[in-house]
Amino acid sequence: MNDDRESILSRVRGALAPLHERAALPDYDTEIAVMRSLIAGRDLAEVFTERIKRVSGLAVADPAALVAHLRAGGWLRGYCDPALWPQLAPHFGPEFKVEVDYDRTRVDDYAFGITRAAGAIAESGTIILNDATTSRRLAALAPWVHVAVVGRGQIFADLPQAVAAIGGDPNVIWCTGPSKTADVEGILIEGVHGPGQQIALLVD
Amino acid sequence: MRSQPIDQFVTTLPADKRASVYQSTKATHEKRTKLLFDEFADPNRLRHLAGEIKQHTLEHLDTYLPAVEAKMKTNGVTVHWAATADAANAAVLAIMRARNATKMVKAKTMVSEEIGLAHFLEQNGCEALETDLGEFIVQIDDDHPSHIVRPIIHKTRREIATSFEREGLGAYNDDPETITRRARQFLRHKYLQADVGLTGANFVSVESGRLVLVTNEGNSRFSLAAPKCHIALVGIEKLVPRDRDLGIFLNLLARSATAQELTVYTEFISGPKSPAQPDGPEEMHVIFVDNGRTEVLASECREILRCIRCGACLNVCPVYRQASGHAYRSVYPGPVGAVLSPLLAGERFPALADLPKASSLCGACNEVCPVNIPIPDLLLRLRNRAKQENVPSPGTPPMGAWALMASQPTAWKAALFGGKVLNYVPAKLIPVPAMQAWSAKRALPEWRGGEFRKWLKNRLQKSPTP
Ligand code: SF4
Repeated sequence: MNDDRESILSRVRGALAPLHERAALPDYDTEIAVMRSLIAGRDLAEVFTERIKRVSGLAVADPAALVAHLRAGGWLRGYCDPALWPQLAPHFGPEFKVEVDYDRTRVDDYAFGITRAAGAIAESGTIILNDATTSRRLAALAPWVHVAVVGRGQIFADLPQAVAAIGGDPNVIWCTGPSKTADVEGILIEGVHGPGQQIALLVD
Repeated sequence: MRSQPIDQFVTTLPADKRASVYQSTKATHEKRTKLLFDEFADPNRLRHLAGEIKQHTLEHLDTYLPAVEAKMKTNGVTVHWAATADAANAAVLAIMRARNATKMVKAKTMVSEEIGLAHFLEQNGCEALETDLGEFIVQIDDDHPSHIVRPIIHKTRREIATSFEREGLGAYNDDPETITRRARQFLRHKYLQADVGLTGANFVSVESGRLVLVTNEGNSRFSLAAPKCHIALVGIEKLVPRDRDLGIFLNLLARSATAQELTVYTEFISGPKSPAQPDGPEEMHVIFVDNGRTEVLASECREILRCIRCGACLNVCPVYRQASGHAYRSVYPGPVGAVLSPLLAGERFPALADLPKASSLCGACNEVCPVNIPIPDLLLRLRNRAKQENVPSPGTPPMGAWALMASQPTAWKAALFGGKVLNYVPAKLIPVPAMQAWSAKRALPEWRGGEFRKWLKNRLQKSPTP
């Protein structure tokens, strides 16, 4: 294996040696990859709400609206991050069965999973998750509905800003709408391995 | 043999397959163009910039590769190197054996296709299950992907329904939604039972040592949520210098690949899970794979290593649209494959030397390429190489007569006259076999040769230049 390291690196050096000049790293302003006209001067929560809808996700502004949505979909059984549950529990009626421990041997029992987001991106309607804020990776992935609790102050305007803020977390995940595929004859189907519903609950 | 293998393949392609490949590639291409041009002030500048960043990286791999290795090690990643396909397969197996692991779930990676990983692991008593829906269907059918991004673009829902029935995934049902739900149900338990999750990487940032993975289905996220060990197979050309460069590439990749603004799951992975996180890998391995890439880097076609595997050149290519992916007889089809596959083939270059010729050099691939690879130029260089190496070229009409004619003014003038005469002779009657074959499916325009000479003569007479 170490031999392979040496042989690869020496072949790379050999391949590059004959070049008279090597291409320089271009300098640029990340602004060129930003949909500036979309976000300029606007409230980021408003842009985010509009953009997540475009990718068939949903942003709701208060817990009561979330609970109504879950009830309407018949998603009554789920998981909630134990740190969030005390504030959310009063909004859920007795017809709901919510667990704060996630049992990976019963993944199909959870119709929804509620976890904390690390932030959001307005421009693309993206929810940002990471290891530090997600109580269980599986709970944000395996249930049909994933609800991410996003603080209004955590919304980045655009991709370059969100990239700059990745930080040291080993597992930063951007989710842009529900999991989907178009593998079968190009027909779009939502909810392949991950959630079929991607919801952001905006909180102050 | 009168024609190239790729041409022969095309003659056997059923009309409905050709039509469906044509329709879906065209639709993706049109949507991509609209997205890019509606939203960015200068999308072409973006493509050029991305190409320059990649070219710079390739030409500095001698420093970037050791730098990213060092960064990964401080992030807690075990780094391996594999010069060949065999070495890469052996490295994966060794990691699995060391953990007594026998079950792997695989996200989509083109490198694993290149090295034939799934078959290799199966021969060695391990299960390696594809989790991307398209790749899963390819695997149960023992078929090959025919598109980089849409592996089963060549399959109909009826064929898929039949395969699912055969595999015991439910009674025949060709509704795409039902097919998808059944795969969801089957695969989620496989993730939970798996010992190892295998992924590729779309990009690797040298600065932070992060792998960036993009999937729409969420399968790579699942592969990194359930199993306890993560192995990533990474081609040595996947690096980008800094995190900030990712903003440029992610914007371009999703639009170019599937005409989306952003792929659904974009994952930035720098190491094993955090200690407090209950789910996910405790161990992470990165295997840097060469498998012919350093040879490409040494060649005069090194620009092809900029490729970010978006598939846009396939979608726009008039040859791919008619021929579909299997015509290219290799892991990478379409324009990118016509360059990369013969190069990666090493000594088998002659067997794939027809691929660079399957192009009209229209330049559409270059125009859409998010990293601005001059594919037509590279095709020409490879044609030249085939010629230098005396690779036989069946079906190519001999050009000797043409060369003679084009270098003798009298012969040229005589031919111009002959051309006019031919306007009155049906093409079928011209006794040149290549001409007959060519005109069997095409109509010749009326011969109008000589106009330029006439124009020039007039011009010279009117205004004699000093
Ligand atoms: S060559 Fe360019 S257009 Fe083709 S797959 Fe690669 S990056 Fe995309």
